[in-house]
Amino acid sequence: MTPPLPSRSKPSSQTGNFLLEVNGLQKGFGGRPVLGGVSLSVPRGSLFTVLGPSGAGKSVLLKCLANIEKPDAGRISFEGRTLDFRDPASRDSFLRRCSFLFQGNALFDSLTAFRNVALPLEQTTSLGRGEIRFRAMEALEQLELGDYAGHYPGMLSGGMQKRLALARAIVTRPEMVFFDEPTAGLDPLRRNAVFAMIAKYQALVGFTALIVTHDIVEALVASDTVALLHQGEICFYGTPDEFASSAHPVVQSFRDSPAALRSTLDGLRGGEVATE
Amino acid sequence: MVGSVGSFTLDKVRGLGDFALFTGRSLGAVFATRRLWARVARALYEQGFRCLPVILIVGTFTGLVLGLQGYYVLNRFGSEALLGVLVSLSLVREMAPVLAALMLVGQAGSALAAELGIQRNSEQIAALETMGISSCGYLVTPRLLAALFVFPAQTALFVAVGLWGGSLSGSLLLGVDPGVYWASVQRAVESEDVRECLLKAVTFGLLTISICAYQGFHAHRIRGATGARAVSSATTKAVVISSIAVLAADYVITSFLI
Repeated sequence: MTPPLPSRSKPSSQTGNFLLEVNGLQKGFGGRPVLGGVSLSVPRGSLFTVLGPSGAGKSVLLKCLANIEKPDAGRISFEGRTLDFRDPASRDSFLRRCSFLFQGNALFDSLTAFRNVALPLEQTTSLGRGEIRFRAMEALEQLELGDYAGHYPGMLSGGMQKRLALARAIVTRPEMVFFDEPTAGLDPLRRNAVFAMIAKYQALVGFTALIVTHDIVEALVASDTVALLHQGEICFYGTPDEFASSAHPVVQSFRDSPAALRSTLDGLRGGEVATE
Repeated sequence: MVGSVGSFTLDKVRGLGDFALFTGRSLGAVFATRRLWARVARALYEQGFRCLPVILIVGTFTGLVLGLQGYYVLNRFGSEALLGVLVSLSLVREMAPVLAALMLVGQAGSALAAELGIQRNSEQIAALETMGISSCGYLVTPRLLAALFVFPAQTALFVAVGLWGGSLSGSLLLGVDPGVYWASVQRAVESEDVRECLLKAVTFGLLTISICAYQGFHAHRIRGATGARAVSSATTKAVVISSIAVLAADYVITSFLI
């Protein structure tokens, strides 16, 4: 059973001026509901993080927003206009103003770093070759990959691949970038570096970022707004400070999971001492 | 029992409809895909240049065997002079389009299915779609356009080397006069035969490349298999279904044109 919403469900300072609004989004697979009516509003220019344990439906939510999965019900609005993904014009217009950074980067391994970054410009704009070259190199240099333009993704390190994926995401100058578990499988230092990179380029380029992750510490430090997805529903929505002080039981259990682990381990160690 | 047969049939009919839509969407994307010709050139290289050795080798051996078998059959009736007729008509009407298509399926088609399957697995296809790029237009359309040129060209090459192989075994090894052999080839092959040959080549090209692309593109839908296993299943299905489709389409075209 999903716990009730906390009394303060929206960050007071950011109500209004939302770039993306989701209302009652539902999605299931084989009769099993994954998203049970998700509603959230992403303020323009913010770094918005959706937290949640594995299997909570975070990636499915993001895929529904990026039209990779078709929602069963619900409404998605961008700049106040309801999106109709069945209408190719509405869908393409939305997709060209957004970018998606995949968990595994989804780089084209048969294309060089330069061609990877230039591809969305070549295929979705009518820019000339010179302008495409300029913008692709500009994005690569912003991400400190200018010297690797001729390298294939397989020749780059994991961190460089992540930066290359971000360069490809920002080259079209999107208004919104979706990040799917950008720090999955990384060590704590690299996790920090990835969040710092996202925050830096979000400030530099000015896009609105929607990140789904289960890395609570980094998310709370870097984000402007946090939502917690639990059993397919948003059970908390607020600022990182509000999240840190929330008395909501799901928020508490998610937030205090390291302390709970420490307590369990201490108990086990105490038991061992006692039996000895 | 009846329920499962019905469900199986519905599933197959749905699959056929989906395949038709996929092919239609890919062909329709010709006018909507930017910088298409650079990718067509790459597909021409993959299907054409890289498959040349196999076409040359198989074409030569097919001609050699036809010359050898044909000579001994015709020799029973004292008709060795008709060896050119037998080799050329066998090649032009049936063997060249079918065998060239099967060779191209084995080399270019399987590679295409595996490549698209891996791209599906690594979310490259999803990445294209989130960029607002038509994944069919970008990945499949150039291959289909290239097949329209490559399959007839490779079939013509297969015929040429097959005729040469037939002349090699018939004239050089078994003593049929080369002049008689080539004159009978010239007499036997008519424009309708060439038209039938090219029609088959184009049909097989479109059919096999779209089947291979469809299987690879939808590798994630394969039941009971994920990851590398899904890619291998998709590639196997692509080759098997394409090969059956070539033989079935050959029968249908031949029965209409004969």
